[in-house]
Amino acid sequence: MAPNASLVSTVQVRDLVRRYDDRAVLDGLDLDIEPGEFVALLGKSGSGKSTLLRALAGLDYDVDGSGELAVPENVSVVFQDSRLLPWARVLDNVVLGLNGAFDRGRRSLDEVGLAGREQAWPNELSGGEQQRVALARSLVREPELLLADEPFGALDALTRLKMHVLLRKLCAAHQPAVLLVTHDVDEAIVLADRVIVLDAGRIVAEETISLPAPRSAADPGFAAVRSRLLDALGVSV
Amino acid sequence: MSATTLPGLRSREAAARPVVRRRRLGPGKPIRFGAAIGPVLLLAIWSIGSATGWIDQRVLSAPWTVVTTAADLIADGRLQSNLWTSAQRALIGLALGIVLGVVLALISGLSRLGEAVLDGPIQIKRAIPSLALLPLLILWLGIGESMKIVTILLGVFIPIYIHTHNGLRTIDSRYVELAQTVGLSQWEFIRRVVLPGALPGFLLGLRFAVTGAWLSLVVVEQINSTSGIGYMMELARTYGQTDIIIVGLVVYGALGLLSDAVVRLIQRRALSWRRTLAS
Repeated sequence: MAPNASLVSTVQVRDLVRRYDDRAVLDGLDLDIEPGEFVALLGKSGSGKSTLLRALAGLDYDVDGSGELAVPENVSVVFQDSRLLPWARVLDNVVLGLNGAFDRGRRSLDEVGLAGREQAWPNELSGGEQQRVALARSLVREPELLLADEPFGALDALTRLKMHVLLRKLCAAHQPAVLLVTHDVDEAIVLADRVIVLDAGRIVAEETISLPAPRSAADPGFAAVRSRLLDALGVSV
Repeated sequence: MSATTLPGLRSREAAARPVVRRRRLGPGKPIRFGAAIGPVLLLAIWSIGSATGWIDQRVLSAPWTVVTTAADLIADGRLQSNLWTSAQRALIGLALGIVLGVVLALISGLSRLGEAVLDGPIQIKRAIPSLALLPLLILWLGIGESMKIVTILLGVFIPIYIHTHNGLRTIDSRYVELAQTVGLSQWEFIRRVVLPGALPGFLLGLRFAVTGAWLSLVVVEQINSTSGIGYMMELARTYGQTDIIIVGLVVYGALGLLSDAVVRLIQRRALSWRRTLAS
């Protein structure tokens, strides 16, 4: 990593192109994410959200494309499914690949409110708890960049609200740059510093969110941002 | 939920018309010690048949004759020494077969080149019953111990290979992706993801392998053997001693049941993360 890391962007994407069968899924995309910045990425299905996230995560081998891409060395990914190894206990899942950093793992589980469940099997946990373990697994690595691909998409509405509060708390504590892919406009506005809208592989809209915390949908400013974003997504309300 | 636990609507309805308890479909409650009833009944018929003389002693010895014969065989040490020889053959063949099956499955499961070279021949071997290879094995290895152990080994390594290989290849690709994002090395990937992921397949293969080992043992011990349970039974056949033959059958049956129980115990221990799903 560059020595003056705090002065440069954490993520730099220039003219990124990714093609599947000669169809450009990402079409000359530019994106910068500052250190500690929380960016939410909205878009219809097929707009290239996941392709961008996979490109940043380095999971797009065998995909045709061009462009410049600079990401930090230490990147963590949270998937839509918790993706815990079912044959490893919760703590072992958290410290997977960290060579016995059990104390850090325990602290991390405590942070997500799962102290005491270290020796449980993933199958014994609820969906929300599993996703909290996945968050602990990501944050115990102290990532400079956290990539999250619809991490709350499979959770019920109440659990999702609790997870929003938890994610904000964790991001405040660890200060990673975040790119959150979501299809939920409200979730994007509640969580992010900046929301970008992707369509046909390009960024078509961008909103910096400066609403005071805690952000509430009852706020008139919230409603204004939401209607502009929905417009950009091609949804007329 | 049963109808009687819904108080409001149901009870008012019941006042007008008594709730008819439906007859439960399906076989109903399990019977206590149900598994023992069939064998005990069989034993009773056998005993009565022998006592009344319906069953000719030359065709089938009486149960008590079998018991006293077993006691005699144990007293003069023949049963133990033959059992020991048989168990040794089965265990050595099983152990070598497991090692061979696992090694081949790992080579062909983890490398495309390995699969290209190994999988075809093994599938061809699978189509040939191990026992059909006996004439060739006798010509190559003679009628000694190595022929017997190799025959058992050939019967054992196929199910181990097939199920372990299948276990390796059906590991969810999402876990492979996870391993990459958390930066696992090749060795850590094998240790943390591949081996535990293939374990259920391996253990299933092991259950087939254990049964296969006893099956092969029975056959090889009846070909020119001079020791083992199979030899003891072959010898008894030439003298028409049905009691000794039945002692041998009981021993084979007990060994089969016991070894399957051991493998299932290992399975339950090793896959305890799965039991939480079943319970």
